[in-house]
Order: sequence, then C-alpha cells, then structure tokens
Amino acid sequence: MPLLLPVLLAALLFSIGIYGVLARRNAILVLMAVELMLNAVNLNLVAFDVWLRDRLLAGQVFTLFVITIAAAEIGLGLAIILLVFRNRATAALDELRDLREQDLAPAGRLGESGTDGGTEPAVTS
Amino acid sequence: MTVEVLFGLLGVVATGSALLVVTTRQMVHAALWLVVTLGAVAGCYLLLSAEFVAWVQVLIYIGAVVVLLLFGLMLTRAPIGASVDLDASMAQRLAAAVVAGATAGVLVVSLVDAFRGEHIALETDRPRGHSSAVGAALFRDWVLPFEVLSVLLLAALVGAIVLSRRDVSEPAERGVT
Amino acid sequence: MTLVVGAVLAPFLAALVGLALGKRSPRSPVPVAVSGAAVALVATAVLAVRASTDTALSDGLHVGRVPTGTFPIGIDLHVDGLAALVSCAVGVVAFAVQVYSTAYLKGDPRYSSYAAFVSLFTSAMLLVVFADDLMVLLVGWEVMGVCSYFLIGHHWEQEDARAGAVKAFVVTRIGDVGFLFGIFTVAHAAGTFSISTVDARASGLSTTTATVATLLLLCGVVGKSAQFPLHTWLPDAMAGPTPISALIHAATMVAAGIYLVARLYPVFLAAPATLAVMAVIASVTMLGAALAGLAQDDIKRVLAYSTVSQLAYMLAGLAVGSAAAAGFHLLTHAAFKALLFLAAGSVIHAVGTNLMPDMGGLRRPMPLTFATMTIGLGALVGVPPLSGFFSKEAVLGAAEDAARHHGPVASWAGWLVLVTGIVTVAVTAAYVTRMWLLTFFGAPRSPVAAHEPSRAMTWPLVGLAVPAAALGLVGLDAGWLGEHLGVPGEAHVGLLTSVLSVLFAAAGAGVVVLAWRREPGVDPTLVLARWRGVLVDAFYVDSFYDRVAVRPTRALARAVGLVDTGVVDAAAVGSGTSATRLAGVLRRAQAGNVQAYLTGLLAGVVLLTVGLVTLT
Repeated sequence: MPLLLPVLLAALLFSIGIYGVLARRNAILVLMAVELMLNAVNLNLVAFDVWLRDRLLAGQVFTLFVITIAAAEIGLGLAIILLVFRNRATAALDELRDLREQDLAPAGRLGESGTDGGTEPAVTS
Repeated sequence: MTVEVLFGLLGVVATGSALLVVTTRQMVHAALWLVVTLGAVAGCYLLLSAEFVAWVQVLIYIGAVVVLLLFGLMLTRAPIGASVDLDASMAQRLAAAVVAGATAGVLVVSLVDAFRGEHIALETDRPRGHSSAVGAALFRDWVLPFEVLSVLLLAALVGAIVLSRRDVSEPAERGVT
Repeated sequence: MTLVVGAVLAPFLAALVGLALGKRSPRSPVPVAVSGAAVALVATAVLAVRASTDTALSDGLHVGRVPTGTFPIGIDLHVDGLAALVSCAVGVVAFAVQVYSTAYLKGDPRYSSYAAFVSLFTSAMLLVVFADDLMVLLVGWEVMGVCSYFLIGHHWEQEDARAGAVKAFVVTRIGDVGFLFGIFTVAHAAGTFSISTVDARASGLSTTTATVATLLLLCGVVGKSAQFPLHTWLPDAMAGPTPISALIHAATMVAAGIYLVARLYPVFLAAPATLAVMAVIASVTMLGAALAGLAQDDIKRVLAYSTVSQLAYMLAGLAVGSAAAAGFHLLTHAAFKALLFLAAGSVIHAVGTNLMPDMGGLRRPMPLTFATMTIGLGALVGVPPLSGFFSKEAVLGAAEDAARHHGPVASWAGWLVLVTGIVTVAVTAAYVTRMWLLTFFGAPRSPVAAHEPSRAMTWPLVGLAVPAAALGLVGLDAGWLGEHLGVPGEAHVGLLTSVLSVLFAAAGAGVVVLAWRREPGVDPTLVLARWRGVLVDAFYVDSFYDRVAVRPTRALARAVGLVDTGVVDAAAVGSGTSATRLAGVLRRAQAGNVQAYLTGLLAGVVLLTVGLVTLT
C-alpha cells in the first residue's frame, strides 16, 4: 500500500484534533480531541515502522507506550477537571481566567484577591 | 488491492467520526463517536499487520479511556441532549479552523512532497505485529522503558487518587452546588 | 593716557567693589561709589583743562587686539578735544548725582546695588566717549543700556517702574539692531573697526555706501537719543529715581547718540541724504516734543519731553553741518538739564508728589532750589547771557548758514531746521514758564509744609548752576570751540537769529503769563480745552505703537504659547497617552483564555514550519 495513505490519514486526524482542542469549550471534549491527536501520532508510528521494517519494532513499541501514557494522562486529566468542577462549578475552559492580567482599577474590586477570576461572566477576546 | 480499498474506507470512517467528535452538540454523542474513531484506527492497525497494537488499542483506548471519559461526563454533570454552549465563540472557532486548516495544509503538502511513490511492502505470511514478535521486542530490547513506564503508571494512579480525594477538613459548602 | 584709563577704570572698580561688599557692610556703598566718581571727575577735569589749553589734543592707547574672522577688534582708546570735554561733563554730572543720591535715596534698602550700577554706568559712558574702536564703543553702548534698565527699574515693586524699564530697553534695542548693521557696513566699507581710520577713509567711501551705513547707524542714534519715532521710552523712563533721570536721561546716555554722530562725522558728511533725513527727524521731534511737554502734569515728564526736544536741537545741529554747535549744546544741556532734574528732585522730595497741580508757592520755603531752578529754566529757554542761549544760537546760526547754501546739506533742510527751531523756542518758553509758575508761584496747593532739603542735595544744585549759567561764555569766541573740539563746523552766534529767538521766547512766555494773570493758580493750558488731550498723549504715538506692535506681538506670543502646550506638550504627553492606549489594545490578548493562547502558539508554529519548509 502506498505509504501516503496512513500518513495522510494521520495528518488529517491530527488537524481535526487541533481544531477540537482550540474550538471546544468543555474540558472533557478537549481531552477527547487530544486523544484524536495521540491516535494520529500512533498511526504514523506504526505506518513508518511497517514501511521501514525496523528490526527493533520501535514504532509499534512506542505506540504501546503512547497508549499507556495516554491512559495515565486521561486519568490525571479527569481528576483535575473534577477538582476544578468541584471548586468552580463549571467545566468550561473560557471561564477559567486566572491567567488574565488583573485590572488595576480599584473601583468595585477592593479587597478581592487575585484568584477570583471565575465569577466574572465569560468575555472572550 | 483490497487492502488499500479497505484502508481507504476505514480512513473515511475515521475522519468522518473524528469530525463529528469535534463538532457535535451532544457531549455523550461525542464520546460515542470517539469510540467509532478509535475502532476505525484499530482496524487500520490490523490492515498494517500490527495486530498486537490493534487489540491493545481496542482494550485500553476503547475499553478504558472512553469509559473514563464517560465517567468524567457523568461526574461533571454534562448536559444530556443537545446543548448550545459546547463551542467557543465564533471568533475563537474561526481562528481554530484557520490554524487547523493551515496545519493540515502544511502537513499534507510536505508529506506528499516527501513520500510520494513510497510503498509499504506488507508481509502477510509472517506479520510483523504478531504478539510474539512484539512481546519479544518489548521484554528484550525495550525492557527498561517498560519498567519506567510502569512506575509512571503508578505515579499517575497515586496522583489521581490524591487529586480527587475529598479532604476530611473540607467544609461542606465547598462542594458542588 | 593714564588719566583716560583711570577715568574709565575707577568707577568700574567702584562698581565691582560696591556689588561685592554691598550686602555685607551697609555703610560702605557711599564712600566707595562717591570716591569712584570723584576719581573720574578729577581725571576728566584734568583732561578738559588740557584740551582747553592745547589746541589739538590727540592721544591714543592700544591695549589689545581681538582677532575675528575678518577685521580684528582693537581695544583702543583715544582722547581728543571733544572726548575730553564730553567726558568732563560726564564726570561732573556723575559726581553730582552720586553726592545727591546719598541724601535722596537715604534709607533705601537697595542703595548698594543702585550706587554700584551708577558707577558701572559712568564707566560705560566714559568707555563710549574714549573708545577708538566701533566694537568697544558698542560694548559701552550696550552696558549703558543694561544699566539704564536696572536703574529705571530700581523700585521694581512699582509696576510703572518695571514697565518703564522694559520699554526703555526694548525700544532702544530696536534701534540697536540697525546700529549693529550700520557698524558692520561701515567696517566693511572702510576695512577696519577703528574709528580714527574710518574717519580718515570716510572721503573715499561711495555715496551709496555712506548713505546706507549712516542711515543704519541713525537707527541706533534715534533709539538711544529718543528721537521720533523711537522717542516713546523717555517719558516713561521717568518712573526711575530722579537722580537717574538726571544722569542717564538728561545728561549722558541720551547724548551718546549725538556723540557718536559727532565722532563719525566725516562719514555722515559723505552722505547728504542722511543729513537731510536727520534734519527732518530733528524738526519733527523738536516741535512735537515741545508741544507734548506743554500739557504734561508730571514735572518729570515735562522735563523728559524737554530733553527729547533739546536732543533734537543737537541732532539738527549735526544735520546742518556743525558738529561743533551740536557738541556745544550737548555740553550746556548736560549742565542745565541735570540741574533741572536734580532741582525737580528736591521739589518732589519736599512735597511728596510729582504732579504740578499739587504744588505751588514753593519759592518762599525753598529759595535755593527756586534760584537754581530758575537759572536752569532760563538756560533751557535760551535767555541771554545763560549758556543755553549761546549753544542754541550756535545751532540756529549753522542752520541759517545751511539755508544760504553754505553747509553740506540741502538748503531746504536748513530752512526747515531754522524755522522749526525758532518756533520751538516759543513753545519751549511757554512750557518752561508754565512749569515755573505752577511750581513756585501762586497759593500753595500741597498739604505738606515744604522746606529746603539737606546740604548733600543742595550743593550739587549750586555746583551745576555755575556751568549752566557761565558755560555759554566760551561761545563768544566763534572759532574757539571748533578748534578745541576738533570737529568740523563753527559755533557762531548770528544776529538775526538771536533777535528772532529772543522775541519768540518772550512771546511764548508772555502768552502763558497772560493766561496765568487771568486765572492765577490754574493750569494755563486748560484754555486749550479739546486740544489739550492730544498734547497730553503726545499725539497718540504710544497708542499707535500699542495697537500696531505691542498687541500683535502679545497675540503672537499667546499663540506660540498655545502651540507649545497644545502641540509640543501634547505630543510629549500624547506619546504617553497613546502608549497607554496601545497597551489597552494589547491587553486584550491577555484575556486569560487558554485556548486563545494555544491558538496563537500553534499558529506561530505553523508559520515557522512553513517558513522553514519553503526557505530551506
């Protein structure tokens, strides 16, 4: 089979995964998109392994490793999302804005600590 | 010949369901479409004669990861049924589409340019991805990373438990409303 | 020549010492300043005596040389008859003023700086008199201007003093611009800055060059000597202390312009067109100032307009070809005008006001002041045998000569000067008589009981009254002055002009006396009714300047100020504001949305990849 078939499929899946990571609001949907990207990578690894007839089977072994790590990552990622959900009552990514530059204007914000970004209404750029 | 046709079909399925994963308005449907995608990719592995990887994909990815995702959906009170606020704002979506499109374009163009005309010679009599071959490689050449990986899994396990544990001193009103 | 150097340096050193020590030892300014003036007086008196006995006194001193790009500036001093006599007049008046000031400004908190500036001024004037280099003369000229500014503004708490000082400085500076270019033109044409060399080469200059140069120099003369159209500063400079008015604005600084023309007379003689212009300016000023002085209520303003008018006489003498006559009138004017100002100072000191309607009947309580002032006023009018008669007649005689084609200027100019001069004698007599009557006669209108001032103030009056009365006698010998001054022209007294001017003077005085007899104690000029206003405002020249020059300049200054705050400041501040606004725009990229950050990051990676792939 032409090498391009699996390789192009992997590229398409990767791009779709990028779209999902950037465009989805819910954190779990973002995790799903990340899985798509990892799968694309895995497909690439396997295809090249078979094409190159690697004696060490490095591509396939790496694919196993990636699958394992993806599983670990999903577990931890979900734990974090659960924690965020418990504290902020939302799993929407654009409501988590603590990286935002804090306003220096004092009106109405005296006494509030810098971590209180979650109660603002979502204002995306 | 058949291999290529089958691979093409599986590729279409995978791409289609991946698109649905990232665009559908129902969260649970997204998880289910992810199952379809992962299954199609497993089929692709099979066609590429990587059997062991294919079954591991089915077991771990579809069996464990998707189930975990569904649990996560349940615990975060994901909306059942169609919901409009799953996507980010139009501007953000547009930017994401542009970036994704650009990535696709760059990758496709450079890959086509690099690997045009290459062929994979599939060995059907002695499949490369046979369990014995993979197992041998894993426990001979790759045993050290394998062990490290198990330590990693342990760390992830411990970490997940620590993170999701409720503290004893946590006041009740810190809980989910 | 040591006398010359001593005369210039002694007051300069007195000024430096006075400025340095003034604050620390409050009793030192008086002896320092008076001794500086005394040394200058002695030195210049010796020089004057020598000039009167030697027929052709001429000596020079070369102190140094300053190389410039083209003509070098020589620091040269030169003394001749004219310089010696003028410097003696300066020395006498300066000394009298210093002694007078000790009493007039007694108790003034800034006396030390005042005395130091008067000494500095004396030194600068003597430098102008003795300079043999145009640039050295310019230095003295400008230092005098600066000292005049500081001294007029001595009582800077009063607004009219500040305004008068600024006005004097600015108006004379306007003339000095032309003056500077005149110096350049003369030096360029003659090839040197040295005055003696310029005079020697004057006949070799083309008429055009000489006319241009002298017209430019005339600008400075008109400014410094307060002639039309730059005469407006002198009446307002009367806001300064009266001894200053006596020294600077009667006897010395204003005479510096006349002196300059006399010094460079060969150049002026080579430009008959300039002489004609001078004649016209002098005639207009002579009569106009005299008419304006007729209606003033402030005694010092009357004397100021009188000074302008008498300076016009000197300028007229120069215009009709007799520098000797002009120099003669300069010397007598120095004596009697200084006397008049100091006497007016006595009166003001006694009564406490400058305004003549508030004076009256002062001849009984102040007999010495009355006597000396009468001598001065008589000299001003030209009553024979007082000094003013002889010097004025010298000018009118030269004008008559010019009218009859004997002079270097066109004969119409001579006729103009002659006729205006004689008419002005009448007006002079009128305002003098008015001042005399209003101040000293009639019932006392002031509530203050007047008395003679202290001896320090009366002795200078007596001292100046002597030359005011007697200096004219040197004019009896027509050629003596010409020889001893070393300048062209004669100083003779013509019979026809003398008779005419005495008659006109009598007529002018008589009219005023008649008006006084009709209503004693009342200002005789009130009969002029409507016309009085025109005279009081000096034909509205000041308001014209205000509308044409002052207000547009102020508007322009305001506009420039607006440009500064609105454009320059706005640009400076605006750069800060626009930076803040740009920051506000950029801040939107830091909204805290992780997906936005990631989008940017990935877009960058894609771009880099594309770049790498296409460029390598």
